Amino acid sequence: MEFKSKDFSDAKRVLKLRQLSVGLTGRPDADPVLNGIDLDIRAGETHCLVGESGSGKSVTSLAVMGLLPKDALEIQGGLIELEGAEITNAKPAQMRELRARRIAMIFQEPMTALNPVLRVGEQIEEVLNMHTEMSRAEAKKRTIDMMEQVHLPDVERIYSAFPHQLSGGQRQRIMIAMALILDPDLLIADEPTTALDVTTQLQILKLISEMQERHGTAVLFITHDMGVVAEIADTVSVMQKGRIVERAPIRELLTNPKEEYTRTLLAAVPNLAPRPARAAAGAGDVIKVEGLEMTYGGTGFFRKSAGVKAAQDVNFSIAPGRTLGIVGESGSGKSTVARCVMRLIDPTGGAVTVAGKEIARLSRRQLQPHRKHFQIVFQDPYRSLNPRWTVARSLCEGPINFGTSKADAMAHAAELLELVNLPRDALDRYPHQFSGGQRQRLAIARAVAMKPDLLVADEAVSALDVSVQAQVLDLLDDVQDRFGIAMLFITHDLRVAAQICDEVLVMQKGLVVEHGPAGEVLANPSHDYTRKLIEAAPGRHWDFANFRALETMRATQGAIS
Amino acid sequence: MAETPQSRHSAFQVLTGLFSLPAGARVGIGPILAAVILVIIVMAALLAPYYVPYDPLAMNAMARLKPPSPEFLLGTDPYGRDIFSRVMTGGRVSLLIGIGAAAVSVAVGLIIGLVAGYFRTADSIIMRIMDSLMAIPAILLAIALVALNGPSLGSVIVAITIPEVPRVVRLVRSVVLSAREEPYVEAAIALGSSMPKILMQHLMPNTFAPLIVQGTYICASAILIEAILSFLGAGVSTEIPTWGNIMAEGRSYFQIKPGLIFWPGLMLSLCILAINLLGDTARDLLDPRMKKREG
Repeated sequence: MEFKSKDFSDAKRVLKLRQLSVGLTGRPDADPVLNGIDLDIRAGETHCLVGESGSGKSVTSLAVMGLLPKDALEIQGGLIELEGAEITNAKPAQMRELRARRIAMIFQEPMTALNPVLRVGEQIEEVLNMHTEMSRAEAKKRTIDMMEQVHLPDVERIYSAFPHQLSGGQRQRIMIAMALILDPDLLIADEPTTALDVTTQLQILKLISEMQERHGTAVLFITHDMGVVAEIADTVSVMQKGRIVERAPIRELLTNPKEEYTRTLLAAVPNLAPRPARAAAGAGDVIKVEGLEMTYGGTGFFRKSAGVKAAQDVNFSIAPGRTLGIVGESGSGKSTVARCVMRLIDPTGGAVTVAGKEIARLSRRQLQPHRKHFQIVFQDPYRSLNPRWTVARSLCEGPINFGTSKADAMAHAAELLELVNLPRDALDRYPHQFSGGQRQRLAIARAVAMKPDLLVADEAVSALDVSVQAQVLDLLDDVQDRFGIAMLFITHDLRVAAQICDEVLVMQKGLVVEHGPAGEVLANPSHDYTRKLIEAAPGRHWDFANFRALETMRATQGAIS
Repeated sequence: MAETPQSRHSAFQVLTGLFSLPAGARVGIGPILAAVILVIIVMAALLAPYYVPYDPLAMNAMARLKPPSPEFLLGTDPYGRDIFSRVMTGGRVSLLIGIGAAAVSVAVGLIIGLVAGYFRTADSIIMRIMDSLMAIPAILLAIALVALNGPSLGSVIVAITIPEVPRVVRLVRSVVLSAREEPYVEAAIALGSSMPKILMQHLMPNTFAPLIVQGTYICASAILIEAILSFLGAGVSTEIPTWGNIMAEGRSYFQIKPGLIFWPGLMLSLCILAINLLGDTARDLLDPRMKKREG
């Protein structure tokens, strides 16, 4: 795979951080949040900050922007220099001027970063009106020009559109246009593609590097995604617990990481080579879905509208001990299928047979005794456990509903904690006392407590850091081996799908476009859309865990072209 | 609801969570002063029969319209009744109505709100009924009820409660509507928990914090409405002194005896001010967003 390899040692230094320390406001004795950060970014360079959540990546960017929340964090030492001028203790008014002209920032979620009640064109223009002497006509012309530069289609129409009328990718383009319109020297991008689909992500990454080349901007790019790093970085700094533990040019970091932490971080990145399919653990199918259909709306009281077809003609079956992955971008209908299977929503057509019983048409009451056969693990571990309940109470809820005595349920809960590698004393604690990964283990334990035949994992590892992700995937694997559970795994991440699925089903706009063994679908896709998805996966030619290029994918690449 | 040791434990946790101050939260002198004043007023009203020097209803033709003196602390009214005894005793009814109306509105509103929030079909019907109830002015309703049933404590509480219930229902419903989308509620459905169990154990605890705040506002406004109703002659019978009817009787003697209006009015204002201040403080402490904005 090709990495960027330009030498920047002659380029002008845009940002310089020396021994930057940030700590809790008014508590210089407490552990610092950032501890002696050194960083140099030169004109035209893309410097990636990578690390797990809580490592201090975002705090670094906020410190540079002068946007630290005053009542919580403060700079306690060190130096921030922008093009040779110190701005460590710049006044708010000074920083405001700097933020517009010299440093710009784009955020993860463009919907919340844009004002929902102003037209997007006006929002870009406002930057010009506030910081330049341009006339209105000039400002509008400049705005339109900038919108063309970020490749927005039909610029005149989008100029007068509101943020909610645009797609996520278009909104992010608007944010980029707004950030770059005053031609800043430094662009800080804080996880700008994390909320986007892979194909959109690829376009935005391309756009950022194109704009960088055109304007010679220095980019500080914050991300947790090693694939993205491999695609765009010149230099990488790995952060852990408020320190930079390793810094190296991209190729060197990926082929020959020096620090143990970097190695573990890279080793946890799943590669795109699919796992070998496993044999079924038993005869028959645990779940059989036939012609599943879900249409939202369309049942108006007075008139019938067409409705939105979230899923159409979905067919699959899963044998015990096997995993079927449903992959697709947002809006493809993959979660709708999961929710129909769980009967959290009522499908409008088709049949779902779980453990020998047709459940798509059962009433809520009829369904109740059957619920123990299928369980679900949700995406967000912070919201899937009742914050007011102890772990023990959450784990016992299901079994007690099905007539297990309280004492037995408690005993079983303690065993389950061992199974998911949590200490026994976790039983009396509350969810907020656990980390995201630990909570996801608890959610898995709660589902497994029901001894289900089918486990639905709806983006169950998407909110977790890669190292934690790997552990949770291992746990799911282990649980599946032990109990021969069939698993329906919903994910947008092809890497994760490759790691865990025996079979893959690709969905697009509510339709199944491809369905087959994981090895077949991921290595040798037959549908255009699948191919597009795979090609958009950042860093797909690199085997991060083994610090080398991925041989098999090269072969596939040949097969595609 | 508290059938297991665990749930009792967690209810306890919720309560301590509500009343223990979050780390770093500062309570100003205002709320503390308000709490002290309120405690004094409540104690004074509760213990009134044991310390007031005169029977608040005993007339004394020999001591009409006396000025304040060691014998009559705040003077006497036109019937020779001791104003101090009457004002202190009058707080009993006012506070009883305030707390009674708040408790009844919150309890009724909570049940109806839970049902409206959880069942889509019931929702539209219940909310339209609530909308129409909201259109009834408390004072007119009270006058109508008193005309029908005669002046009594019950009619006053009912008259205040009816227009307050829809407000509580709306509050509870909105909390339930957002809470039931939480994945932990969906997980409970998947775990086969019954509907009453989900309602009582997963959804209801979310409503407690906003209800406490709403309760204080209802309490304050009920005390005020009671005073207005008594003043208009539509409150509890004049045989029981309340702040409202003491002021009503004092109206004609305002020129020669301003204390008749001043003292019950002062008690009323202090009491309402204290309750509202505590309500605001509770709101700020319970709502993390408000806290951030202030800090």
